[in-house]
Amino acid sequence: MTIVEGRITAASGPVVRAAGLESATVGEVVRVGPEGLLGEVIRLEPGEATIQVYEETAGLRVGDPVAPSGSPLHAWLGPGLLGATFDGLQRPLDRLAADGTWLLLPGRAAAAFEPQGAGLAGPRLALGPDRRWSFEPERSAGDEVGPGDRLGSVAEGPIRHGILVPPDVARGRLLELPPGDHGIGEPIGHLETATGIVPLHLAQRWPVRVPRPVHRRLPVERPLLTGQRVIDMLFPVAKGGATVIPGGFGTGKTVLEQALARWSDADIVVYVGCGERGNEMAELLASFPDLIDPRTGGPLLARTVLIANTSNMPVAAREASVLFGATIAEYFRDQGYQVALLADSTSRWAEALREISGRLEELPGEEGFPAYLGSRLAGFYERAGRAVVLGAPERIGSITTVGAVSPPGGDFSEPVTQASLRLAGAFWALDAELAHARHFPAISWTQSYSLYVDQLAPWYEETLDPDWRERRAEAIDLLVRERQLLDVVALVGADALPDEDRVVLEVARLLREAFLQQHAFDPVDAARPPEEQLALLRTVLAARTGLSAELGREATLGQAMEAPVLDELRRARSWSGADLVARLDALAGRLVDLRPEAVP
Amino acid sequence: MTESDAAGATLSVRRLRGVERLAGPLLIVRRAPGIALGEQVIVTGRDGARRHGQVIELAPDLAVVQAYEGTAGLDLGSTLVEFTGEPFRLGVSAQMLGRVLDGRGRPIDDGPAIVPLRLVDVNGGTINPAARDHPSDFIETGVSAIDLLASLVRGQKLPIFTGAGLPADQLAARIATGARVLGEERFVTIFAAMGITRREADFFRDAFSASGALDRIAFFLNLAEDPAIERLLTPRCALSLAEHLAFELGMDVLVVLTDVAAYAEALRELGTAREEIPGRRGYPGYLYTDLATLFERAGRVKGLPGSLTVLPIVTMPDDDMTHPIPDLTGYITEGQIVLSRDLWGGAISPPIDVLPCLSRVMNAGIGAGRTRPEHRVVADQLYALYARGRELRRLVTVIGEAALSASEQRVLGFADRFERLLVGQGPVHRTLDQSFDVAWRLLDELPPDELTRIPAEVLAARRPAETDETTGEPPEGTT
Repeated sequence: MTIVEGRITAASGPVVRAAGLESATVGEVVRVGPEGLLGEVIRLEPGEATIQVYEETAGLRVGDPVAPSGSPLHAWLGPGLLGATFDGLQRPLDRLAADGTWLLLPGRAAAAFEPQGAGLAGPRLALGPDRRWSFEPERSAGDEVGPGDRLGSVAEGPIRHGILVPPDVARGRLLELPPGDHGIGEPIGHLETATGIVPLHLAQRWPVRVPRPVHRRLPVERPLLTGQRVIDMLFPVAKGGATVIPGGFGTGKTVLEQALARWSDADIVVYVGCGERGNEMAELLASFPDLIDPRTGGPLLARTVLIANTSNMPVAAREASVLFGATIAEYFRDQGYQVALLADSTSRWAEALREISGRLEELPGEEGFPAYLGSRLAGFYERAGRAVVLGAPERIGSITTVGAVSPPGGDFSEPVTQASLRLAGAFWALDAELAHARHFPAISWTQSYSLYVDQLAPWYEETLDPDWRERRAEAIDLLVRERQLLDVVALVGADALPDEDRVVLEVARLLREAFLQQHAFDPVDAARPPEEQLALLRTVLAARTGLSAELGREATLGQAMEAPVLDELRRARSWSGADLVARLDALAGRLVDLRPEAVP
Repeated sequence: MTESDAAGATLSVRRLRGVERLAGPLLIVRRAPGIALGEQVIVTGRDGARRHGQVIELAPDLAVVQAYEGTAGLDLGSTLVEFTGEPFRLGVSAQMLGRVLDGRGRPIDDGPAIVPLRLVDVNGGTINPAARDHPSDFIETGVSAIDLLASLVRGQKLPIFTGAGLPADQLAARIATGARVLGEERFVTIFAAMGITRREADFFRDAFSASGALDRIAFFLNLAEDPAIERLLTPRCALSLAEHLAFELGMDVLVVLTDVAAYAEALRELGTAREEIPGRRGYPGYLYTDLATLFERAGRVKGLPGSLTVLPIVTMPDDDMTHPIPDLTGYITEGQIVLSRDLWGGAISPPIDVLPCLSRVMNAGIGAGRTRPEHRVVADQLYALYARGRELRRLVTVIGEAALSASEQRVLGFADRFERLLVGQGPVHRTLDQSFDVAWRLLDELPPDELTRIPAEVLAARRPAETDETTGEPPEGTT
């Protein structure tokens, strides 16, 4: 087959048109211009192909060559992913930095690291050319294996990195699969299939726009524990679920996403910084080496894959970054891991769609976003889920997707927030008023919800507390009543309220200040295990019992409201230690009886 | 006029006589072979005046050129278009400090010609996120509200959100002339004026002159009367020089960009001329990306000594923070300083409303070994009390002050004193220690159980009778 080359006929921003690419397919990767900029065919018409270019297009000329690559945009999946930092096209930013490339200029040094090439250069570029991995096989020559079957594993830090038969390889018989040390591009064994002998490698590639197949989808069962009280106790998300975090700027979206990256009990975290701040990515990176994963004992970075597409990187690469993240998450799910996929922010991704759509002169939908915004978002959120993955032995993996949304002007009625809401099962609305009152995490209890409560309740009731649901309902009820009462107070003042309502206000305030608020940078309170969260909730609710008991005792209610033991409760967030739950229970015991003589 | 951008002189030039269409800032020309996207163009009209432009779109038969000085005075037949074969480059050099340059970096004072050390593409590159050093050096601005509650950190991008008539310029000049990293040299400043008035530009020049820092500043001036489209280049030139000084010469550079609103309007003007589908309020959908390519050039790089701190000034149309320009800026920058018309009306200067203020990288720059160990909790406590005081103030307008409890009246009083004494410091420069003294004096007036954000041990260490050394006044109401 001769190599067909196209020629540029027109160019505007990231969109280039070319003639002579009749045999190209939509989604095919092409090389544009003399520097071989990475592009992707997004539309074909007779005589003209439309290409979105993933890099700065300045310098391109009409007549410049466009060369098809024959393959779609794909990710390289294998050992070397964990702990690495990639850009939106899986260029290894950490290795570029180690190489002294601190400034990414279009088409030059970075292009040399860009792993879309065919053959063995791609995986070596993406995953590291020099590392050798000690492969321990679990199957042997003569075994019959098929798509998704686990062949063995390598140790990647504290994680066992499973090596699977790629989903797109036919069933066959293993000719050989010896143990041994291998580089990323070398074959580890061979498989005899009906169509011929296929070499097996540590790394496999997968087109990022295609979800990796699973054997069977499963309903969700367990929460993704985040260490955040307001989430785990009031608005939990399931492992395999999806949640959106909309919030205007300054409401703490990124801080919350980063807290999830640090503290959630996922096995693997894929963090996509999509169109966000470079310094924040640097801060996240700087914090990881010092943080220890309590479950593996290794550094947290060892379970994390970072994709950093900062806001000043080319817009088309931003569109791709989220897809690379989802594909990497699916790859670890296929190994049977519980994966958290954190995307900050999906709005920037949607804006990238809008910008490219505008350049294509497509008819706009709402607020200039393309009409297919909803279906693209659905395609992203539906990659979340819990499933029996492909292949033997049977494994259950999950992807929990958390998408931050940055609504313009903090207005949740905008298209990205609304389209995301239809897709996610939990909604953590960040509230500017709360953020301004320095109530963090600024998750609004009036707007947020979780549709996973019923599915997760059995787990909470068996593992933590048979009365979890009641306690949760009581807390939410208190907060709702407080909201109503505050409207009254704004009109007539607090003194005009009956005592019963004053108690509600006081307890709701305790609930907000002593329980819901949680300082992301506090060394002890940044994340709490669920037992401690629940003990604190019980303690706050005990204060309600104590104050309610004083109702009707006019003389002592005022004193009880100012009891020093309530101050202890207010400061209980800073307590720590192995006996914390016992201390909180003891405090709760003292709170249920606030009669002055009972106060020490 | 000297052509210090030097691009046109040396290269093979292709010329084209006549254009197809003139529309606002755009020239539509027949496409000559080999024109590159982003290439710089020189346009000469019948009057002989040279204008500058850039190729922004290539179509099969036509090319679209944006002219920085607009198309007024051009005609279809005799206009000469020369393609330089090169993107717009700026010659950068430390000699530009102390100089006044136009919006494209050509000197407009009476000084000698500038010999550039290097020619750089003004669009710059992207700092590799993995090579970024994360900002962690506290900058003392001398403004208590900022130093205590929204600390500026070296390598940060922190905008000032202001309204028409509010003293953002004064605040920016004050920060630029007074800011220092504890124990280090002062900053050099690059000032990029984008569509501001001559009066504002003169104010800045006078402010720097008065501080004796004129040789540590470079002015890039695109004033309100200058071509609007040229405004799109001005911040890029300023940032290119800043990058050169910071990352090649190791200086600490502060870039003041004012006014981002005028810049965004120029971008909108261009978008409209190109008949693009507009986003919110007519601004182009890529306004976020475009502003990000400016602000994200701030930072520090591992292994390199310098730093680039960006201080954009954003005038909020009608004081509306949800307007697309401040809104998108806030999503890109690491916090914001917000000026308030109410405080200004109440003679509080500088009129910083600390409630919507935020510095996202503050935590890395404060605390033990950097500022004070108790910095975080003091900031949180001041903020929480002031927020409550402001809420009570609203309540008082409805129910009257008499209906408040004693504790609520104390908090209300705190909010007043906080505004008057801590925020409204006037023109004096306060060291960090002086700012903390004021803060503690305000907090000491309250009983300890109101100070729920401050751990008991911090209070205990503090409360044994302290006297105030800076003013000589005994702290009021200490219990």
